[in-house]
Amino acid sequence: MQLSTKHLLGIRDLTREDIQTILTTASQFKEVLQRPVKKVPSLRDITIVNLFFENSTRTRISFELAEKRLSADTISFTAGTSSVKKGETLLDTVNNILSMKVDMVVMRHSSSGAPHFLARHIPAAIINAGDGINEHPTQGLLDAFSMQERFGSLKGLKVAIIGDIMHSRVAMSNIYLLKKMGAEVTVAGPPTLIPVHMKEAFDVRVEYNLRKALEWCDVANVLRIQLERQNQVLFSSLREYSLAYGINRRLLESLNREIVIMHPGPINRGVELDSDVADSGQSIILQQVENGVAVRMAALYLLSPQAS
Amino acid sequence: MKTVLNEQQLAITIKRLAHQVLENHGKLETTVFIGLQPRGIFVSDQVVDEIRRLVPSTKLNYGKLDITFYRDDVRKEIHIANRTDIPFTIENKNVVLIDDVLYTGRTIRAALDALLDFGRPAKVELCVLIDRRFSRQLPIQADYVGKSIDSIISQKVKVFWKARDGRQEVVLLEES
Repeated sequence: MQLSTKHLLGIRDLTREDIQTILTTASQFKEVLQRPVKKVPSLRDITIVNLFFENSTRTRISFELAEKRLSADTISFTAGTSSVKKGETLLDTVNNILSMKVDMVVMRHSSSGAPHFLARHIPAAIINAGDGINEHPTQGLLDAFSMQERFGSLKGLKVAIIGDIMHSRVAMSNIYLLKKMGAEVTVAGPPTLIPVHMKEAFDVRVEYNLRKALEWCDVANVLRIQLERQNQVLFSSLREYSLAYGINRRLLESLNREIVIMHPGPINRGVELDSDVADSGQSIILQQVENGVAVRMAALYLLSPQAS
Repeated sequence: MKTVLNEQQLAITIKRLAHQVLENHGKLETTVFIGLQPRGIFVSDQVVDEIRRLVPSTKLNYGKLDITFYRDDVRKEIHIANRTDIPFTIENKNVVLIDDVLYTGRTIRAALDALLDFGRPAKVELCVLIDRRFSRQLPIQADYVGKSIDSIISQKVKVFWKARDGRQEVVLLEES
């Protein structure tokens, strides 16, 4: 076994060496994706189920492509059209699927800890594709991969994570990963969207002023404002959020340095990012998506089961 | 431990392999060289360097291929891949695959599968520094052989390179 863990539940459980191994392997898979035949036979004897209990476009397509590029057989499941609607429990659903000889499980769930619960009860390897407000490890890995590709190394890199830190599993996975790899992290956003004790708990800087955060960083990872949580009144309106924390071209040009812009998608154009920033040369948002497939191939390959 | 090739013999063998390849490939216009990661690269670097010395005006296509993702024992052990770098097309080219030791033939089987994902070569040849005869598990043979040796499974062939190990020789080790 090349990783210290059987499952990929969160970056929190990975060692520095695990992260390095995944990132190195991802760069080899990125080369595979440039070949005339963008496919290798490594997982041709493996069946993977994608369990998506929560909506997703990018992550689900990215995982499915990664699985197919590894020659695995795949089944995709979305909760909306399944027997979950008839009241079947999570464990029953998964056990029924596993009894049809499935080797690996990729799961997204709206409850934090759902994949950890599964990991205690089923033998298959589990990859967390996002659980509630806990972690989204493959997003953290692909963000790190994209930063490393752009800057050469994560060590000493200054990363600002901007927006709804409170509800963001992407932020959590980024923070765990970047701190482990020696980067410096600032979280920035309105005080109502940044949990108290962030500084003490995660050894990150906290900044409530967007301009200050941007003038400090090499790269800004801008999070999505989660419109579905609008009823919680954590800020008064999208327009006000956009005025205080939205990033536009004029703001970027007025900074004393040129920074790289990242976003995990989907973008709320005109809220956290304006189109003249999202589509500019400073943005590596589409490279992140491209790298996502290679990073997920690496995670699936390294966690694929071995005959005992 | 038994020395199979000492430093001087190894240098002569590399020179001979380079000459033999050149003899068969003429102007090298349609020839590409591909070393197998990780250990075949030490041989291919030297063979290709030697050919460059012999025909200095010719532009050589030289790439590196990693076969990790094509291994047939992935369910026994997960291996970490090395970099593949083939910055040219192999379509209709004469490919010379270069590795250090030909043993069971399984690496070469994987290499052929990997190679075909880059296109359809006109021809593929195999050049190895050491051929461990009578230990093949697949019907694979080399076109250019540095030295053939007879060995048993419990023995191990180890190649030392100056760039990596500080000395240059091929030895046969008795595994305990």
